Amino acid sequence: MKLNDYLYSFLVGGALCVIAQIFIDKTKVTAARILVTYVVLGVVLTALGLYQPLIDFAKSGATVPLTGFGYLLAKGVEKAVKEDGFFGVLYGGLKATAAGISASFSFALIWSILFKSKEK
Amino acid sequence: MHMNKKEYIEYAGNRAKKSNSVVNCIKAFIFGGFICCLGQGFRDLYVFLGEEELVASTLSSVTLIFLAGLFTGIGWFDKIAKHAGAGTLVPITGFSNAVTAPAIDAKSEGFITGVASQMFVIAGPVIVYGTVASIIYGIIYFFIYRSGGI
Repeated sequence: MKLNDYLYSFLVGGALCVIAQIFIDKTKVTAARILVTYVVLGVVLTALGLYQPLIDFAKSGATVPLTGFGYLLAKGVEKAVKEDGFFGVLYGGLKATAAGISASFSFALIWSILFKSKEK
Repeated sequence: MHMNKKEYIEYAGNRAKKSNSVVNCIKAFIFGGFICCLGQGFRDLYVFLGEEELVASTLSSVTLIFLAGLFTGIGWFDKIAKHAGAGTLVPITGFSNAVTAPAIDAKSEGFITGVASQMFVIAGPVIVYGTVASIIYGIIYFFIYRSGGI
């Protein structure tokens, strides 16, 4: 455990949230659009080689935001293409993100059984 | 500075909007930074327990997904998100909440056409466009890789 990992996680993770907050306040963009934009942006930045340095520098500050989800998609497809050629294009992205997606749906089903909708 | 009533209301309104926006950004920064630190904490814990770096990172995300879903279920997530704004939306917690909250709300419509289909209301577009982006990149990467570019 290194203290700097936490400092940089806080700063970079916080900064990525502030960028989204500015867009939400200025343009009234919906939450769904922010999520989609961040994931696609993560893929693009990783493809351009710009996101890996941020991952190395900020660790969870770069993996926990949704751009990190895009990073996993891009890295996954790279790995699959290296191992399996063109076929890898079709499964690499989802394979690398499968754990998070599967967990999200399974947990959500459990919470849906256990909890009721709150009155608003 | 002389202003009539209408000008003043406009002026004060703009100031309030501006300061609200600054406060929102500070809150988003603190909550978002804190969640990422929490993620780093879980990651270090899983490395300490003997997992590889990449596995630990994934398990840390899964843990945050678990907690964000639980908080959504017991009604704490909305209370925190009201202050945190993008601070809870942008981290993986926002994705988990976007899957869980519509699912729980749709319980009265049953578990097939209600809960399960509502899980995809926001997560669907995220997964579709993320996957398509990765496929486009994969095709480009394939040709660069095969031509010995990387």
